Amino acid sequence: MKKKLIPLAVLAVVAGLPLVMRDNYYLHLMILFLMWVVIGSAWNLIAGYTGQVSFGDAAFFGCGAYTAGLLATHLGVSTWWGLALGGFTAIAVGLPFGWICFRMRGAYFALATLALNEVLRHGATIAESFTGGMVGILIMPSFTSKAPYYYIALAMAVASLASLQLVVRSKPGYYFVSIREDQDAAESLGINTHFYKMLSLAYAAFWTGMAGALYMNYMGFIDPHVVFNLHDISIMAILVGIVGGVGTVYGPAVGAFVMVAIQEMFRSGFFGLFKWLGAVSGSDSLVRVAAVLTQAHVLGFGILVVVVILFLPNGIVGDWPKIRKRVFRLDVGA
Amino acid sequence: MAYFQVDRLVKYFGGLAAVNGVSFEVGQGEIFGLIGPNGSGKTTTFNMISGYHRPTSGRVLFQGREIHRLPTHRICHLGIGRTFQVVKPLGRMTVLDNVIAAAYSRVNTHHKAREEALKAIEFCGLMPVRDVLAKALPIAGRKRLEITRAMATRPELLLLDETAAGLNPSELVEAIDLIRKIRAGGTTIIIIEHIMHVIMTISDRIHAINFGQTIAEGTPKEVAANQAVIEAYLGTDYA
Amino acid sequence: MDVFLQTLVAGILKGGLYALIGIGMTLIMGVMGIINLAHGQLMMLAMYVTFVLNTMGVDPYFSLFVAMPLLFMLGVAIQKFLLNPLLKTETILPENQVLMTVGIGMVLTEVVRFAFSSDYKYITTTYSNETFFLGNISFSMALMIAFGIAIAFTVAMFFFLVKTDLGRSIRATAQDKDAATLMGVNTGRITVITFGLGSGLVAAAGCLLAPVYYIFPDLGGPFTAKAFIITILGGLGSTVGAIFGGVTLGLAESMGATYLGMEYEDIIGLTIFVLVLLFLPGGFKRLTKI
Repeated sequence: MKKKLIPLAVLAVVAGLPLVMRDNYYLHLMILFLMWVVIGSAWNLIAGYTGQVSFGDAAFFGCGAYTAGLLATHLGVSTWWGLALGGFTAIAVGLPFGWICFRMRGAYFALATLALNEVLRHGATIAESFTGGMVGILIMPSFTSKAPYYYIALAMAVASLASLQLVVRSKPGYYFVSIREDQDAAESLGINTHFYKMLSLAYAAFWTGMAGALYMNYMGFIDPHVVFNLHDISIMAILVGIVGGVGTVYGPAVGAFVMVAIQEMFRSGFFGLFKWLGAVSGSDSLVRVAAVLTQAHVLGFGILVVVVILFLPNGIVGDWPKIRKRVFRLDVGA
Repeated sequence: MAYFQVDRLVKYFGGLAAVNGVSFEVGQGEIFGLIGPNGSGKTTTFNMISGYHRPTSGRVLFQGREIHRLPTHRICHLGIGRTFQVVKPLGRMTVLDNVIAAAYSRVNTHHKAREEALKAIEFCGLMPVRDVLAKALPIAGRKRLEITRAMATRPELLLLDETAAGLNPSELVEAIDLIRKIRAGGTTIIIIEHIMHVIMTISDRIHAINFGQTIAEGTPKEVAANQAVIEAYLGTDYA
Repeated sequence: MDVFLQTLVAGILKGGLYALIGIGMTLIMGVMGIINLAHGQLMMLAMYVTFVLNTMGVDPYFSLFVAMPLLFMLGVAIQKFLLNPLLKTETILPENQVLMTVGIGMVLTEVVRFAFSSDYKYITTTYSNETFFLGNISFSMALMIAFGIAIAFTVAMFFFLVKTDLGRSIRATAQDKDAATLMGVNTGRITVITFGLGSGLVAAAGCLLAPVYYIFPDLGGPFTAKAFIITILGGLGSTVGAIFGGVTLGLAESMGATYLGMEYEDIIGLTIFVLVLLFLPGGFKRLTKI
């Protein structure tokens, strides 16, 4: 019973946040966090549960974002329609994508998704007349305050987690994990592995596409480099999943929080801590450390990847017993 | 019309013929044994029957219907189940979950799947370990899990691929009992086995192959006495 | 006609260099099944080494003797301390190894960016811009030399793998690790050496490329992609395949740039990649059984 209360308690806290916190900066971070919960959970289904590690999630994200943006620039329709349609365009792109990539297994699949991701990115850049090319798409945001975006993002995050929970316990959920564990055995048990792999991909594409559309609406600006970005989207999604713990429902949520926090920590030099310390103590070197940290956030990411893979391969949620033992010196009794 | 028939199956891998013209018929309710030295093409034949390989030529017919061009999962739905020579447990799932996944091939709700799974687990004697992770099972347990999973798909024809290998004498006795129980329940069985004691004891008829081709067929006694078979095996193992 | 010939020449010369980039990766992938997404970054590192040595007055071609051993050792260290441990951990996702190389690549890029900033750097030598003409077709001197050295390395690699004991051990490990161990091959050491070799070879490519290309921290990514395309085109573990793959890619890019437009250069390679993955999974190697 206790375990089930934790997510609900967290939800209550998160839902109440905009009411007490007025600082736009932190609200912004929370919105990003909620967006990554959606993307991370989606990736988790196809990779953590079905075992197909995709390096190309940016393709879905970009599709959703561009759907929203193009609806505005070409049809003059509100970008919010992108939320509804973005998921479906992502699926439309995802299915042939999957059909090509699922012909291969394991690492080749990963490579193929990466290649396709890049093809889409270059494609969006080249098709200037349609997408605006490198210039990107700029729209007027619908709301001036952050609160509406916050609650939409929250609703999406909750919906994505709830639906993941449902899927995991259902027949497709069993089938996905069976495919991950042993595809040949799964076939012998009557599982149409090709169909179910596509299904998990469609699910992942849908949610990631919606997140992309949300991004378009919220940030107001996208270009191919931002939304089809390998490192900032595809690899970030993988990190969110891995750091949190693949194959667990709440893993990516934890991962999203940690990754957004770390990303911001580096970008802002520990939220301006070092700068402040430097100003207060008059120490020049501390200010310089702050500047360095800001520049080094990608480096930090790289190191994080290496460290997490070496020491926490099953993520925070997955390796929680290990962490409890080491950090808190609590022996769980194995 | 034979209940199950394999008709002049041929399978080439590159320039090598793993199976080169094997034909046999199996009657409903039989336990049909397939023997041969290592590399003689037994597992390849199974793989063709269950759809993992397409035959280079030849046909497989089940209840009069050609199945050799169907995908594996369709073949399962038609009522043919199989176990694998190198066991394939769904490692990070419990025994129960492994069998539930199999049971879902016949039912659609979690409740019914669980029911069916527990029935199969009871039948195959894995009740004590149903909540153990599949990868934690010893080899005898894993082999039994293969059979249990296959049984949960309610097969009319069951292909057993070396389910007795690696078992100790008491485990062997249990395995033989289980196979007999399965046949008694109405399932036809084709069994590949190396352990002569097992296959000679339980088979109604035996088909022997070597280098991908048939060398003998008949009752266990007939096959055991067959000159070509003895030559192929050089008289090992008969208990 | 001249345009066509010029494009052809440019493509083939580029191809030789590409072959050198690809051969390191095909070795690593073929022998250890490791997908090294940091391959381009290793090359980038070698280019910076060349740059630094150049500011001290050393000719790029001599940098070969410094960069190659340096990167060899780095490769050995990476395999030993970062990649080998992964083989032992039990995780849900087997692709951790790929991710690890992504992380390594990121670290390498950012460290270099930190040390040298993102500015484009150039190395100019006496022969950087020299060309000679055959009829109306110009041949870049630097690229010709690079082509020659690249082919020499590739051929040397071929003989190394076929004729020497170490080479045979590597091929044995590539075909069946367990069998190789049973025959007395120290496969742990072999994997480490192979990664080092792959790194050393791509370092050579970097040194050869430095005089004719611009140097900046982010060039790792596109070149890793090229290495993959070449590897997949040529077939894993095949040195001849690497030559074939390299030249094919060089030609495709050249033709694409001339007849379609500069911006299509990258997308052509990627499209070839996907097509090969789909239709010729074994690469060129499969066609010739080398």
